[in-house]
Parts: sequence; structure tokens; C-alpha cells
Amino acid sequence: MLNAVDKKLLEEVAGLHEIPQGAYNIRKNGEGISRNTTANINIVTKKDKPGIDVIIKPGTKNESVHIPVIMSKEGLTDVVYNTFEIGEDSDVVIVAGCGIHNSGDGRAQHDGIHEFFVRRGAKMKYVEKHYGEGSGRGEKVLNPKTVIEVEAGGVAELEMVQIKGVDRTVRDTEVVLHENARLIVTERLLTYMEQTAESIITVELKGEDSSAQIISRSVAQNDSKQVFHLNLRGHAKCRGHIQCDSIIMDNAHVSSIPEISALHSDAQLIHEAAIGKIASDQLVKLMTLGLTEKEAEDTVLKGFLN
Amino acid sequence: MLRMINVGVAFEGDSGNKEVLKDINLTLENNKIYVMTGPNGGGKSSIAKAIMGIYPTSGRIMLDDTDISEMGITERARQGIGYAFQMPARFKGLKVRDLLRLASGGEKIDECQLLYDVGLCAQDYLNREINATFSGGELKRIEIASILARRLKVALFDEPEAGIDLWSFQRLTETFEALHRKYDTTIVIISHQERILRLADEVILISDGTVSGRTSHEEFLNQISEMDSNCLCKSDCIKGGAANAECSR
Ligand SMILES: Nc1ncnc2c1ncn2[C@@H]1O[C@H](COP(=O)(O)OP(=O)(O)O)[C@@H](O)[C@H]1O
Ligand SMILES: [Mg+2]
Repeated sequence: MLNAVDKKLLEEVAGLHEIPQGAYNIRKNGEGISRNTTANINIVTKKDKPGIDVIIKPGTKNESVHIPVIMSKEGLTDVVYNTFEIGEDSDVVIVAGCGIHNSGDGRAQHDGIHEFFVRRGAKMKYVEKHYGEGSGRGEKVLNPKTVIEVEAGGVAELEMVQIKGVDRTVRDTEVVLHENARLIVTERLLTYMEQTAESIITVELKGEDSSAQIISRSVAQNDSKQVFHLNLRGHAKCRGHIQCDSIIMDNAHVSSIPEISALHSDAQLIHEAAIGKIASDQLVKLMTLGLTEKEAEDTVLKGFLN
Repeated sequence: MLRMINVGVAFEGDSGNKEVLKDINLTLENNKIYVMTGPNGGGKSSIAKAIMGIYPTSGRIMLDDTDISEMGITERARQGIGYAFQMPARFKGLKVRDLLRLASGGEKIDECQLLYDVGLCAQDYLNREINATFSGGELKRIEIASILARRLKVALFDEPEAGIDLWSFQRLTETFEALHRKYDTTIVIISHQERILRLADEVILISDGTVSGRTSHEEFLNQISEMDSNCLCKSDCIKGGAANAECSR
């Protein structure tokens, strides 16, 4: 059922060489094609719209769910709604991701709307990789919307990576944190040629002692454009820190639009944003070790996006 | 052997051309330690950068029988020249281990030993990113280790002692001595420290962009203590007396 292109895409977005261990749901060209559930993790197809419900039982530890999406057809717009119920005190890893192979001239688009409920004391790591390939002129478009609610004492750790082949993306992430809840986001983005990417992350720190840390690093090359709107809103005694760091090259454009709002006098919010070229002292240092300028540049970028 | 023949460095400034180095003629032999010293802004770092190919130069620079004047940084590095920067770069995302591996150019190296040689515990540092969390002294020592990871014909160290505590400083001087014993690298250390000066086969004094003197370290330290005894501010000198070469400035 999986051909060579599919396997390549799966490896790129989910690090999978074959069918994964544990629970999974693989979606291809707008349809679920293979699924596995476990004693603790159930996956149910939604009845009212395309998508699935992933239900993780309270107390489930050290299990993972893989829900990769692959698209290998042009002219397809796939919209999918997924809901995740992360039971109390569980500790799980969810690997999502979307790979598009578009060799035609028509556009291929995937809009994933993901909603997460991280229940009391639960810990979720969510890894999302986006990848595009294909020689045609058809655009590869990915617009993920992610909505997360973290209940008291819960932890959500998001790792969002898009470093190759996606032509247009608008990623919209909304998080609500309750008492003692914690959010850690690492975002890595690389754009080149005429690609555009926009990332909007809004975090509502509602509960006392909630905390959020967002580390966003991006590289914009050639004529690509990036926009970041990272927004923390502190409604209680809370802590939040945004570090938004971009390397700009060639004729690229990068905008970083910070917003932090304290709606409580004990909210401590920090926003740091920097945009700049690759530091020349880094390049020179690597060249003095015998690297060419190009090798030095690649080394710096690779480290930065690591 | 490295030879600088009539080497000059000049920069375009607001007030016209600024000559940073003038007519530098130096022959630096294999298996010797040279310590360059002299006032701030005298041109020491500029000499090192001219040798490394970081600053464009007039004149000629020869490495053994090869004219390297027209070579870029990468090529000079591959010819066996290395430079530990006075102000090392920090790298977001690059780990100490990565840097040392890049430095070794694929040669097998003992990373733990290298860090030990600069007074750092490998376990604490190998997996750390060389980012803003490093103190100045830590950064300097990683920088020195990256030079020690290479087999060089000419190794240039720019104020290696800066920001380094006494205990590590002791290790560092031993490391320079060991490097000197084991290989016939031409070692150039830019320094104001008496303990480093004592390692020198020759002390080269740089001021106003020129070589203003070449002496043995004994002679050099004698001159300094003489200057110190003539020093008018001696009683108030925070550096205190003869032991410190910096007082001569
Ligand atoms: N890149 C540069 N552009 C302009 N002037 C420079 C540059 N590098 C060094 N200089 C000037 O050259 C002089 C010598 O500097 P440097 O070699 O760093 O001295 P030292 O290392 O002896 O303290 C100083 O006046 C410094 O300002
Ligand atoms: Mg200097």
C-alpha cells in the first residue's frame, strides 16, 4: 500500500522507516489508510467531519502515537480535524507531520486543525514536521491550526519543524495554560526561493504559576518571506519568555512582531527578538579551521536550526 | 618557518587611510616560542590576523618555501596556520564537541585530553553549546582547545590568559610547554603575562604598528624591572612593583 515516494515522505516527517510501534494512523491523499490502536490509546474516525479522535487513557506512560499525513497528488486540498484527549497523569509523545510530494503543476494543500486537551498532570510532547518535495510548479501549501488547552499541572512541549520544500504556510497556534501548567515551544523554520511562512503563536497564561517558553529560530534565504507574531498574555501570576531569532540572507524579508500583555501585576513576560545576518566572526572562525566559506555557512545554519 | 617581508595593513577610515601595520619584517622559526607584547592598540592582533589571512596585507608572507600572500583564510588554514582569537566567536547551536571535530579536520583526537589541557572538565563541556551561557574565560579556553586539536606549522594565540583563573593558567602554561616539546610548531603567543613571557625563546615588542624590539625574555624582564624602579607612581601602583609586565605601559 505504501510505495517508495510514500516511504520517503514518512521518513522525512515522522522518522519512520516502516510501520511504527504503538498507536498510529496514516492518512494519504485525504483518506485514512492504516491504523493501529493499543490498550491505552484509541483512535476513532470522526462522524461529522474528516478527521480522528485520539483518546489516551489516564495514566498512560511512555507510549507514542504517530499520525503522519502524506500527499502525493496534485490539485488536492485536504482539510482534516483531529482531536486529542490526553488523559490525566499520562506521559506521551505524539508525532504528527505532513509530507507533500507534488510533481505536477496544480497546488497540493493540507490544512490540519488539531485540538488538544492535556488533562491534569499530563505530559505531552508533540512533534510536528513539515516537508515538501517534487519537481513540478505546483505549490505545496500547509496551514496547520493548533489549539491546546493545558489543565492544572500539565505540560505541553511542542517541537515544530519546517525546513524543506513547503511553499506557503500559515501556522496558527493557540494555547491556554491553567494553574501550574507549562508550555515549551521550539520552532525551526527555513524558507528559500519564493517561499512564504507566517507563524502566529498566542499563549493565554490564565492560571497561577503557569509558564511558557517559546524558542523560535529561523533562516530566510533567497527571496523568501517570514512573519512571526508571537504573543503572550499573562492573566495571573505567571512567567513567559519568547526568544525569536532569525538569520536573514540574500533578498529575504523577515518581520518579527512581538506582543506581550500583562493583565496582572505579577505577570513576568519577556520578549527577545533578533534578526541579522550570519555573524561574520562565526564564519571567519570556521574558515580559520580550514572550512570554505560555503562549508562555514552551512555549518552555522545547521547548528542554528538544530 | 614563517617570514613576513615588508608587510603592511591599512584600513579606510573616516579620516582617510589608517596604517595599522607598517613595514613588518619578521622571521619566525620552527620549534620556537615567540611572545609578542606591547601596548594596547600597538598592532599585535593585526599581525596575527595578517598571518592568518583575515586582514588584507601589502608585502609578502612566506610559509617555508610557499608564498601565501595571495591565499585566503581557508587555504592558509589548510597550509597549517592556526589562530586562537583574542575575542572568540560564540555559536548558537554548535557544541564544543562539534567545534573540536571541525578543528581536527577528521583526524582522530582525544577531546577529553584537549579540554583537560586547557583546564576544563570534558564531561561538563563537550555537549554544551558555545553560546552566551559561556563565561569569557571558558570561551577562551574552548578557543585554545580548538587550536590544540590541529597539527599546525604556525600556531598563534592571542592573549590566551585573558579571563582565566590562576589554576587553569598554570595548566595552560604547561600545555604550551608540552606543545613545544612534542612538535616543531612555530608558536606565537600574544601576552603581557610574565609567566608566559618566561616561555619565550624571543620576546617581540610591537608598538605603533611596527616591531620596536626583539630580545630574550631575561633581558626584557630586566628592562621592565628597571622601568618599574623608575616608576613615579610605584607606591600607588595597583599592579604592584616589578612582577608585572603591564606596569611598563
Ligand atoms: N578592522 C579594523 N579596522 C580599523 N582599524 C583597526 C581594525 N583592526 C585593528 N584596527 C586598529 O589597529 C590598531 C591596532 O589594533 P590591534 O592589532 O588590535 O592592537 P593590539 O592587538 O596590539 O592591541 C588599533 O588602533 C585598532 O583600532
Ligand atoms: Mg589585540
